[in-house]
Amino acid sequence: MAQTRALGEPILSMDEISLSFGGVKALTDISLHVREHEILAIIGPNGAGKSSLLNVINGVYHPNRGSVTYKGETRAQMRPHVAASQGIARTFQNIALFKGMSVLDNIMTGRTLKMHAGFFWQCLYYGKALNEEIEHRHKVEEIIDFLQIESIRKTLVGRLPYGLQKRVELGRALAAEPDLLLLDEPMAGMNIEEKEDMSRFVLDVNDEFGTTIVLIEHDMGVVMDLSDRVIVLDYGRKIGDGTPDEVRNNKEVIDAYLGVSS
Amino acid sequence: MFYREAGQFKTSYTADQAAFPIAQDRIFIAIWLFIGFVAVPLLSNEYLFRAIFIPFLILALAALGLNLLVGYCGQVSLGTGAFMAVGAYAAYNFWTRIPGLNPLVAFMLAGGVATIVGILFGIPSLRIKGFYLAVATLAAQFFLDWVFSRIGWFTNYTPSGSIAVPPVELFGFAFASPVSKYLLCLTILVLFAVVAKNIVRGRIGRSWMATRDMDVAAEIIGIRPMYAKLSAFAVSSFFIGVAGALWGFVHLESWEPLAFDINRSFSILFMVIIGGLGSIMGAFLGAAFITVLPLFLNQLPTWIGIEVSTAMISHIEFMIFGALIIFFLAVEPLGMARMWRIGKEKLRLWPFPY
Amino acid sequence: MAFFIEVLISGLMAGVLYSLVALGFVLIFKASGVFNFAQGAMVLFAALTFVRLIDILSETFAPILLSLAITIVVMIVLAIVIERLVLRPLVNQPGISLFMATLGIAYFLDGFGQSIWGSDVYALDIGIPKDSMFILESVFEGGILVSSEDLVATLIAGVLVATLAIFFQRTRVGRALRAVADDHQAAQSVGIPLNYIWVVVWSVAGLVALVAGAVWGSKLGVQFSLSLIALKALPVLILGGFESVVGAIVGGLIIGVGEKLSEIYLGPIIGGGIENWFAYVLALFFLLFRPQGLFGEKHIDRV
Repeated sequence: MAQTRALGEPILSMDEISLSFGGVKALTDISLHVREHEILAIIGPNGAGKSSLLNVINGVYHPNRGSVTYKGETRAQMRPHVAASQGIARTFQNIALFKGMSVLDNIMTGRTLKMHAGFFWQCLYYGKALNEEIEHRHKVEEIIDFLQIESIRKTLVGRLPYGLQKRVELGRALAAEPDLLLLDEPMAGMNIEEKEDMSRFVLDVNDEFGTTIVLIEHDMGVVMDLSDRVIVLDYGRKIGDGTPDEVRNNKEVIDAYLGVSS
Repeated sequence: MFYREAGQFKTSYTADQAAFPIAQDRIFIAIWLFIGFVAVPLLSNEYLFRAIFIPFLILALAALGLNLLVGYCGQVSLGTGAFMAVGAYAAYNFWTRIPGLNPLVAFMLAGGVATIVGILFGIPSLRIKGFYLAVATLAAQFFLDWVFSRIGWFTNYTPSGSIAVPPVELFGFAFASPVSKYLLCLTILVLFAVVAKNIVRGRIGRSWMATRDMDVAAEIIGIRPMYAKLSAFAVSSFFIGVAGALWGFVHLESWEPLAFDINRSFSILFMVIIGGLGSIMGAFLGAAFITVLPLFLNQLPTWIGIEVSTAMISHIEFMIFGALIIFFLAVEPLGMARMWRIGKEKLRLWPFPY
Repeated sequence: MAFFIEVLISGLMAGVLYSLVALGFVLIFKASGVFNFAQGAMVLFAALTFVRLIDILSETFAPILLSLAITIVVMIVLAIVIERLVLRPLVNQPGISLFMATLGIAYFLDGFGQSIWGSDVYALDIGIPKDSMFILESVFEGGILVSSEDLVATLIAGVLVATLAIFFQRTRVGRALRAVADDHQAAQSVGIPLNYIWVVVWSVAGLVALVAGAVWGSKLGVQFSLSLIALKALPVLILGGFESVVGAIVGGLIIGVGEKLSEIYLGPIIGGGIENWFAYVLALFFLLFRPQGLFGEKHIDRV
């Protein structure tokens, strides 16, 4: 448990966010803060709007109402590449890796925004372009090291088992050296061992790089152990917000999601 | 046994990221270059140059360009013929309107014009995907076909609408003999292939492949789909435009818009599919195959001594192409290039079973 | 004014024929998510088979009916073969692979049809009256020239569309078709036999191709250019949306009218022959503003 870390100012605030698709309301008046360096978990039943919330944060969906303040800048909506260039990275519920590329190349794509060699040098693969490739390759190798996937770096990701794909996806997000990392069910479908590994990675990232992490997870054991704070969604509304202990004892949350004897 | 990397240790990332990290591959490429630049010119005759080698080289260049777009960036185009036409007609206009212009410069400028046209017709790719885009590129094909056959300015008001050019002349040397043409095309192709290889293994290539594999995720990482797609259209059209200029100036020497009609588009797409989507080697294999097959089919009846009409042969050619496309998509979507790679893997072990 | 209406009507009639071809596309797309580039080749193949069989069977008691029956059987067999050799190995592949595979089917069918049936122009006479008539003589001076051939074609198209609509909305097979269109795997998992559905829908598309081929063929003669009519139908689809039967019809009419009007009123200004690309450019601009077509549904990308 990392309670000893100093939690900073809010890095991200959402104010009265509402999102609907046609007549379906995905999110209703959601307000929340994410503080620097914290691990925030979002929980709730299926269809509660958890993934939609992440999609609003990094600009895949545009909210109908409300505003997002990120690093002191308030805006009605994000564009995905703007979010990326400002240090928001994420993983997906259904793995969204580039299946036709090797593990190494997948993680290298995470560094796209940090590479600037011009087209001319790229055509030659020499000079600036080559230096840049090598320099970023070093960074990527550090991540590969960290995630212990050295042996598969040249394998096509489409051929990897599920658990490893999730790990590579985390690697790709880490390659961007994000300030805010969004993890959408990073441990779904994993066995105990894989979950333990993944939890350790999440904690290490938070510890070593000070990365702020927002994660969606269904495994309550994991959520309660990992997170500094928990937000509970139900039918697109926020029904709980507090430390794991507070949320665990919240009557409304128990009724909606946790159930008794948790 | 003969193709294994054992004992070849890479001590730096530079070595690991080289185009051909394995020594056998380097030797292999060197052998091919030797065959291309020395053996073929010495051994081949005029007919082979005209009928096989020159068309093969130019079409391989076009297929390479199309493969960058379709195979690497995942944007299907059925307008290759039209973009080749843009290259050919642009080169012709630069060449006739600017006296004394070096033809090579004209070719590159023509590639530049094709690039602009390619980007223009690539713009719909920002809104639409897959076969919607394929249909949109057909618009380019039909529109440009019409432009070059109906608007006199592009053909310099030649009454017949067909264009004839003298042999390409560079620094006082006329590329009139088949051997010299062959070497000119080969040199250009090799240079372009190196550039293509460099682009696809760098940042731009990765952003293309990322867009191909999952565009939403690519955008979230910070790859702007607009840049990725339009740059793919641009580079691909440049290659194709130069190929078109070569096709007109070096191979045909006189041509009509029909030389660049929709069948040209399809045949180059077939080269890419049969050769291997997303592979440089594939473009070469596919171009070789599709250039040689019709000649082979034409000769076959005479060899085995039966009489078949030319119409029948062209029908059979259609059938074989169609069947092969389906076969490769269903059985080996990565084409002949993948078969080649599997062959290499086998060679690692051969003659031992494991 | 009368001339304008005449052009308009001839455009509408041409549009009906485009709609007929586009309908075949829409059917297959709705039911299998496959963008069937080979629809044009199927039109040619069906028409060639039909017209050549009439020739062969000319000694029998009812050559047209007999060859119609045989051609229908041939188209069904073709559907079975396509399902076996093309669709089954490619199940769950990305749409674009299937699209390119249908390019292969188109090439194969073009080659195959012409190598067995020949590649000349064959006149097809199935008894559609060819004389023209004047209508609305009381409204306009001299009346408006309408070819009865076009009227019959329109009638046939109308009947076909109505039948298909009922088939899709009201029958069990129709419902299964719509389920398959939505999601191959999900449909399979609730026990819809995917292979059977595909055979049915490709057969139906084959029959639509036969109707389109017979109508076009009796107008222009059965020849290779029929295969290219499919290329004309593509902008119709973009305009109307790939998934909408109504869209195919309305889109066809718009393209038909647009082509004729542009050829006559714009053609003299910017040069002839623009009907080859006018529809495409129209559709292209349209795509930029409404990518899903007039009647298509907007898809939400999930991540």
